[in-house]
Amino acid sequence: MNQEGNQVVPIGGAIRTPNEFRHHILSVLVENKTGVLARVAQLFSRRGYNIFSLAVAPTDDERFSRITVVVDVETAPLEQITKQLHKLVNVIKISEIDPDEAVEYELLLATVSADAATRAQVIELVNLFEGRIVDVGLTKLTVMVAASPSQLDDFEALIVEYGLVELQRTGRVALQKLGKPVVKRKQLKGRVS
Amino acid sequence: MKLTGAQALIKSLEMQGVEVVFGLPGGAILPVYDPLLDSSIRHILVRHEQGAGHAAEGYAQATGKPGVAIVTSGPAATNIVTPLADAYMDSIPLVVITGQVATSTIGTDAFQEADTTGITMSITKHNWLITDANDIPRVVREAFHVATTGRPGPVLIDLPKNVSNSTMEWYWPRQVSLPGYKPTTKGHPKMIKEAAKMIASAEKPVFYVGGGVVRAKGAESLRRLVDLTQIPTVTTLMARGVLPDSHPMCLGMPGMHGNYAAVTSMQKADLLIVLGARFDDRVTGKVDAFAPNAKVIHIDIDPAELGKIRHAEVPIVGDVKSVMDDLFAELEPLQGHFRDISPWRKEIKSWQDTYPYSYDRAHEGPPLKPQMVIERIRDLNDEDTIVVSGVGQHQMWASQYWQFEKPNMWINSGGLGTMGFAVPAAIGAKVGRPDRTVWVIDGDGCFQMTAQELVTATTERIPIKVAILNNAYLGMVRQWQEMFYEERYSEVYLSPDLPDYVKWAEAMGCVGIRVVHPSEIDAAIEKANSITDRPVVIDFRTDTQEKVFPMVPAGKSNDEIVLGEDEL
Repeated sequence: MNQEGNQVVPIGGAIRTPNEFRHHILSVLVENKTGVLARVAQLFSRRGYNIFSLAVAPTDDERFSRITVVVDVETAPLEQITKQLHKLVNVIKISEIDPDEAVEYELLLATVSADAATRAQVIELVNLFEGRIVDVGLTKLTVMVAASPSQLDDFEALIVEYGLVELQRTGRVALQKLGKPVVKRKQLKGRVS
Repeated sequence: MKLTGAQALIKSLEMQGVEVVFGLPGGAILPVYDPLLDSSIRHILVRHEQGAGHAAEGYAQATGKPGVAIVTSGPAATNIVTPLADAYMDSIPLVVITGQVATSTIGTDAFQEADTTGITMSITKHNWLITDANDIPRVVREAFHVATTGRPGPVLIDLPKNVSNSTMEWYWPRQVSLPGYKPTTKGHPKMIKEAAKMIASAEKPVFYVGGGVVRAKGAESLRRLVDLTQIPTVTTLMARGVLPDSHPMCLGMPGMHGNYAAVTSMQKADLLIVLGARFDDRVTGKVDAFAPNAKVIHIDIDPAELGKIRHAEVPIVGDVKSVMDDLFAELEPLQGHFRDISPWRKEIKSWQDTYPYSYDRAHEGPPLKPQMVIERIRDLNDEDTIVVSGVGQHQMWASQYWQFEKPNMWINSGGLGTMGFAVPAAIGAKVGRPDRTVWVIDGDGCFQMTAQELVTATTERIPIKVAILNNAYLGMVRQWQEMFYEERYSEVYLSPDLPDYVKWAEAMGCVGIRVVHPSEIDAAIEKANSITDRPVVIDFRTDTQEKVFPMVPAGKSNDEIVLGEDEL
């Protein structure tokens, strides 16, 4: 299904999937003020820490924004990163989110080659990932998928086969999983025969 | 009461108790300089904005109060970047106010526009760009709070011209509300208990005392702790004088040019009690080989310092003075049950006796031995003399050979190593402590970087005394080229006669003296001490060949300390 010439491959060498041993998710609550993102970004650069992905938006309380940042802890111990972040006056709270204990989502937009022959297949693939077609051209489709980062990796790997024109991911946002009531099962005593 | 933004700024500074500001006016800050005429605040007009910053640093270090500098936008703001970086490294409380172009022209590359908050972001604790005159009192209040609490440091307020020209309704905020800024000051009781236990049972403990104890005004608390435990104590470059050099437990300066006993006691220690110090590379040498057998109790107000370089078995976040007091309370009942460390003290004493700082005292000269010049200035002044130095060989000799008996008496640029720091910093120190004699120990290279501030000193009648140890070289670089670059001297020669320091001093309204022969040293110092109405500059012609020893070569382990020339 490879369409020579029209295909755009992801930038060589870029790491698509964070390695769980090297990457940690930090959820950083900051004051919603001018320049706060610059302060956070400059701190990472100044101290030589790597950002894998970054997502910023205001929270329900407009005084605060939440920065969800996936950091590469091979460049510095996570403890140093959070301590230095805490020194920023505009940083209110930092939570480290364990990927196993988090709800993670990410949005992907992709423009894909889809002529009459392949369009149906592309649409089917998008539907399988519960995505949507957000724009339609004569020979191309722009699709949107919101899913967990690893599902998006799968989607990306598959959609590339149809000829990718452009692709943009947002970087993940994450929140801690909620506590659940412990399921109580009746303990049957005695021998099981 | 309606005020202009400029009036509100000056009034806010008055409310903060500011007595002196160092500065230089210009376009964007013009509105602020008008109400300054009617204020009780003394303004000292410097000749270069870098001088304003260093003077404010010197003022802060001598008084323990925050230093304040006011300069204009663009080049003035960039000129004060060096003092900001310097103050950030050495945790000096500084409030710098810069003018900025009008908010409508920000981002248009207007005349004298620079992205001041962007440029200074990583060298300030925090900075503010004010866009509404109503924010001025609140921001000033916040700025002083951030600069002086927690780990002290520099902050910057960027004030656009149209904001200082607009009007606001005056108010003074009753309290500071910074939800993201709450320094921990009280140490964790359980950790302190644990620390006390370790201290009482250690066989070879050492107090490793840094500048944090000076900033925390903790000299008394440290003294009590040392007297109680009788544990040998090293005072880093930033902490000289916080425990008197005459104290029997004081070992003096550790590190690259520290004395053998201070360096080696840390290397052989089984417990380092780190008080407001940060394992600077100039202290540790090669980190992997630093104090290999020591457990670490690390006390610092900045949580990020704990574990940054060296893992601490007992990390304690808190104000070092408060933690020392709590530690004292834990240790006092254990008195009499401490492990006997007299063999350890004896071992250290033998190092002190065998390897003191030394130079060729028998040398007749000329040229002068720089160490001798420092010793003579020391002996002809009392212990209340403030000593300010630049950066390089002269700085190390001053730290080694001066006898420091009190804190805040030794002012120098430690972390950033800013050449040219001394003259303006001394001006600030003398302004803050007019009752004290202020001596600058400077190098010829350093002096040439900021000497113009002596014009400020003469004009404002700030009678500092400057001893230039003139060896005609960028001495420390020369030393490294001699020792590590096979004596291939590259761009380090400065000439002893160009400039003519005596004439230069006189041109700036100072008294200039030249000392070539050792027999003239005392008379020159005494003459300088007797002059109290203007600055004095003494051009001491010192020995080019003289090097700073001991020395731990860069990147080497502290075990590889070189004691003198003959060991090379």
